[in-house]
Amino acid sequence: MFRNIFNYTLIASTIRLSTPLILAALGGLYSERSGVINIALEGMMLAGAFTAAAVTVFTQSPWVGVLAALVAGILVAALHGLATINYRADQVVSGTAINILFLGVPALLSGAFFDSTGATPQLPRDQVLPEVPVFNAENWPALASIFNQKPLVYLALLLVPVTAYVLYRTRFGLRLRAVGENPEAADTAGVSVIKMRYAGVLISGALAALGGAYLSIGQNSLFTRNMTAGRGFIALAALIFGKWDPLGALLACLLFGFAEAVAIRMQGTVKIPNQFIQMIPYLLTMIVLAGLIRRATPPRSLGVAYVKE
Amino acid sequence: MKKLLRELIFPLIAVFAAFIIGGIIVIAVGDAPFKVYRLLISSSFGIFDALGNFTYDNWGYTLFYATPLIFTGLAVAVAFKCGLLNIGAEGQLYIGAFAAAWVGITFAKLPGLALMPMAMLAAVMAGAVWGAIPGVLKARFGSHEVINTIMLNFVAIGLVSYLTQNHYKAQGDPIMQTVQIAEQTHLARFHTLLAPFGLNFPQRIPLNVSFILALLVCFLVWFFLWRTKWGYEIRAVGSNPFAAEYGGISVRRQIVLAMALSGALAGMVGINEVLGYRYRYYHDFSPGYGFAGIAVALLGRNHPLGVVLAAILFGALNRGGLFVDIFTDRVSKDLVQVLQAIIILFVAMEALFRGWLTRFVPALSKWH
Repeated sequence: MFRNIFNYTLIASTIRLSTPLILAALGGLYSERSGVINIALEGMMLAGAFTAAAVTVFTQSPWVGVLAALVAGILVAALHGLATINYRADQVVSGTAINILFLGVPALLSGAFFDSTGATPQLPRDQVLPEVPVFNAENWPALASIFNQKPLVYLALLLVPVTAYVLYRTRFGLRLRAVGENPEAADTAGVSVIKMRYAGVLISGALAALGGAYLSIGQNSLFTRNMTAGRGFIALAALIFGKWDPLGALLACLLFGFAEAVAIRMQGTVKIPNQFIQMIPYLLTMIVLAGLIRRATPPRSLGVAYVKE
Repeated sequence: MKKLLRELIFPLIAVFAAFIIGGIIVIAVGDAPFKVYRLLISSSFGIFDALGNFTYDNWGYTLFYATPLIFTGLAVAVAFKCGLLNIGAEGQLYIGAFAAAWVGITFAKLPGLALMPMAMLAAVMAGAVWGAIPGVLKARFGSHEVINTIMLNFVAIGLVSYLTQNHYKAQGDPIMQTVQIAEQTHLARFHTLLAPFGLNFPQRIPLNVSFILALLVCFLVWFFLWRTKWGYEIRAVGSNPFAAEYGGISVRRQIVLAMALSGALAGMVGINEVLGYRYRYYHDFSPGYGFAGIAVALLGRNHPLGVVLAAILFGALNRGGLFVDIFTDRVSKDLVQVLQAIIILFVAMEALFRGWLTRFVPALSKWH
């Protein structure tokens, strides 16, 4: 039984399950490092997932679907930005509103366009995102199952070092962190707090939506109601567990993806109830936030609207 | 009067603006907004049915749907008053509902006079404990209540799902629900309450004593917050924690108290759901009452009276949404969720409307 759970397919499914988390967590990182709380990751993922599936139905091209999801994510993020950056709405309240909004909007639209509230039509096999054929599946089944992944998987993994570089080695990253830590000082030094925060929020919408698109037209072949099932919040948890650092977030996402993969495999076989395994990310996050293992300190001005003097 | 108008104007603008945007969405999906809105209102507040006969159904169900929202709205409002954002009402109400059912199942032998208050108290206490956890974490470790309440929502739902599935489900029941609670814990419905007055309120409408309890709790919350020392201290912490600390108030204690109270109020949803409606714990019963509570509290300006009005509005939307679902071709009940979200956004973006209002009606600028 142990071998049924722990084999190479576990690695493959860990990577698959971590991918939407990695994309959304990196998204959250850009936003929160700029000082804007993003609990709307869930809603942004849902927006991306629905848009990707719906646009693919109409255009028959998953690539156009991914692109549309990107645009949708940016638009949703712009709404969050408008509310919180321009009109100083409470960032948590605005995020909650967006999460509720995108439980409703996809259902409303799919009801109107596809006559089914909740789901988009099933896409044929050749219209979901293809896998990157790194290894020949016949000769190398194990390697193929691990490495032959959807392009978004590779994009997610690539974005980790890219984000680390951007954040710590570029002027953009320095400014982004500056407005998140000390917006007054950044403003005095001539950095536009509003522009930097918008940049952070918009990037976060784009990446979270990609995570959503991966769920609907990568892992699956349709959008179903609330298909993210809390993954936006797990991504947020991973971001905190990873101490708002790209590499930390990646490791946390892999850990949470691994837990989910194990939970799926253990369903009905082992004595540990599934529900308890699913709680792991949430409990770990609370423990880390309390500083019981290793303290996670948020960006100093996270959640504080900036008012120019 | 002027004060009341001042309190009402921004919530009213927000609702109005949300309905306009909602109307545009209705047009976009290919239906007629006025038809949809008329349906929404007549099916939630109308006292006559389609045939012109008097009916209790519309108001009855609207108030039934409003009941849990009064509880969660109050829960969020109390936390708000202490400067805390409780996103965890959703988890707290699940724990409360399960606790009520647990008492009603486990102590089924006790007489109703003892068991009924025990079951109600269980919902309140369980919710209070679940709410106090993020309070303690904030007071002791300074960790943010928003993240902890979000995380605890998932933990709560997992916990009650496990308990239902493995310990309290009837053998072979395919539905995720516990066995029934003892009969003596069933709360009276309005059917029974109004019968002595010769009113024929239909038995099928699940509006029950919990609604009256909700109104009573509103008054108690108002009294507590504005007429007691503890309430004053909670509000003092909310308006300026540093000044409160300086004035000799223990900020940490008030945070724990406010979160426990908030959780207790959210837990009361279980009284309506389990003791008044389904007579068992039914898993996943909440369509987001906890999150809707944020909308209710914001729209009601964190005042108990405002919470009742906002809860009735959202209760009406939930009731009317069902009819929109059935009687329109292209609009589903999800419109209600969309409206709710837009209302929250607009209430939160008060600065936007305030700017407009003071530009066009300069006299109003003196108000703030």
